[in-house]
Amino acid sequence: MEPSTGAKAFDVEAIRKHFPILKERVYGKPLTYLDNAATTQKPQIVIDTLSQFYSRENANIHRGIFCLSEQATKRYKSSRHRVQEFLNAGSDKEIIFVRGTTEAINLVVHCYGRAFLKAGDEVLITGMEHHSNIVPWQMLAEQTGIRLKVAPINDRGELETGEFKKLLTGNVKFVSIVHVSNALGTINPVKELVRLAHEAGAVTLVDGAQAVAHTAVDVRDIGCDFYAFSGHKLLGPTGIGVLYGKKELLEKMPPYQGGGDMIRTVTFEKTTYNDLPYKFEAGTPHIAGVIGLGAAIDYIRSIGLDKVEAYEQELLKYGTEQILQVPGLRLIGTALKKSAILSFVIGEAHAHDIGTILDRQGIAIRAGHHCAMPVMQRFNVPATTRASLAFYNTKEENDRLVAALHEVTEVFR
Amino acid sequence: MSGDIRELYQQMIMDHNKNPRNFHALKESNRNAEGYNPLCGDHFKVFLQMDGDVIKDIAFEGAGCAISKASASMMTTALKGKTRQEARALFEEVHKMLSRRIGEVFDASKVGKLATLAGVCEFPARVKCASLAWHTMCEALEPTGKQVTTE
Repeated sequence: MEPSTGAKAFDVEAIRKHFPILKERVYGKPLTYLDNAATTQKPQIVIDTLSQFYSRENANIHRGIFCLSEQATKRYKSSRHRVQEFLNAGSDKEIIFVRGTTEAINLVVHCYGRAFLKAGDEVLITGMEHHSNIVPWQMLAEQTGIRLKVAPINDRGELETGEFKKLLTGNVKFVSIVHVSNALGTINPVKELVRLAHEAGAVTLVDGAQAVAHTAVDVRDIGCDFYAFSGHKLLGPTGIGVLYGKKELLEKMPPYQGGGDMIRTVTFEKTTYNDLPYKFEAGTPHIAGVIGLGAAIDYIRSIGLDKVEAYEQELLKYGTEQILQVPGLRLIGTALKKSAILSFVIGEAHAHDIGTILDRQGIAIRAGHHCAMPVMQRFNVPATTRASLAFYNTKEENDRLVAALHEVTEVFR
Repeated sequence: MSGDIRELYQQMIMDHNKNPRNFHALKESNRNAEGYNPLCGDHFKVFLQMDGDVIKDIAFEGAGCAISKASASMMTTALKGKTRQEARALFEEVHKMLSRRIGEVFDASKVGKLATLAGVCEFPARVKCASLAWHTMCEALEPTGKQVTTE
């Protein structure tokens, strides 16, 4: 346990024992996993829940009139309820299960965008979006003639709120913004931005992929119309994610995919659609994923997101101070309000060379453009190296990273 | 620092990375091609000035990691003055060296100084870096019209 100030109650060593993979060794070195923005590791309880489901409980939902199916249905529904509580949504009908954040955004673009946005309408995003909140809108622009506008970011990687306001003209009918930037760590003032967007008459989506595992999210407090996140970045399985949408919007949107579960009655002449949330969940869903996500949410709530956030902020402060000791290192993303992401370049050393050298020390980081090529262009770098921390990381792991970066500077002297 | 890292980033490679040879556009070129690995961002253009079947001059420009840049730079010094057939043959030998199984021996005498890149095969994720310029050169030499990438 860290004897330092700020997070005395946070027993990181006890928490690390919940994550079996953290005991692994890579090239004979202890695994130092610092790629949490890409995907988080899974606690034993999530792994056991998946294993238990497939070993003893597997059945399809909403169909069978047998015990296992009824139980699977119950657990599936209970997970939806947990997600509702987790986001403080008004109803579990507002929780749609999808494959991940990317699919959630695509669903909104497809079902809301195609139905309600027309040629000449504008969609406003920020200069720090992940490709998944850029490309679907560009595809919609090609299909419908809507226009995409981008609010710029400053040299610290913060949204220029003044410019954002200026761009928020009457033609802007949709505002789609990231909560926490995956490439920079910037935390956007989403509540304020959503308020401004609503005042301008726009519908809002917040991409919460990098937020939900690091800070408590309350969709009703933020006030957004849609909120999207991925289970695998929240200690849960891959292939499962969530779209929260306000009921009145979801109700007026056409369905997403056609198939089983999303219908009420089908004849060859006419089909009527099911109620929310099933209208948007055609076909057999990722049942085990949903149940696993429920377990992940239970787990992180048992730790407490307030404690997680406080501890990660302490790690970020420590990590920032230490990493800046590395000669020639420049942080990309120095927002005043920042999540525990350290994105950086070192002199002439290319991110992939840094990645290889760190890998041989057992340190897993991401090197590249982080699916945010416009961010790289904004900072005029081809790529960055990114260490993204989670609440199971330690100061000692930070030290290992910094020591390995000193080696990098030796190689690239 | 581990031994394989030391071998990968040995002095000659770091020298070619820092001071790449023939690192410029080639006005007199009559053949060129671009190679791009979108996932890592390595991006090079290779220029050839062919005099009949002989590579009279060769140069490259672009950006990438140390391995890709050093490999491109060493390639230009190795190929200047070579015939098309010799260049093609050297490409095959370098390809064999880079993609051989770990521990498998290869004939270093066939690649000369390029043997410096032999350690790359210990890092399977980096083979694509070392081979990008070579595939780009092949496209310039014998165009197929395909987008050059090694990812």
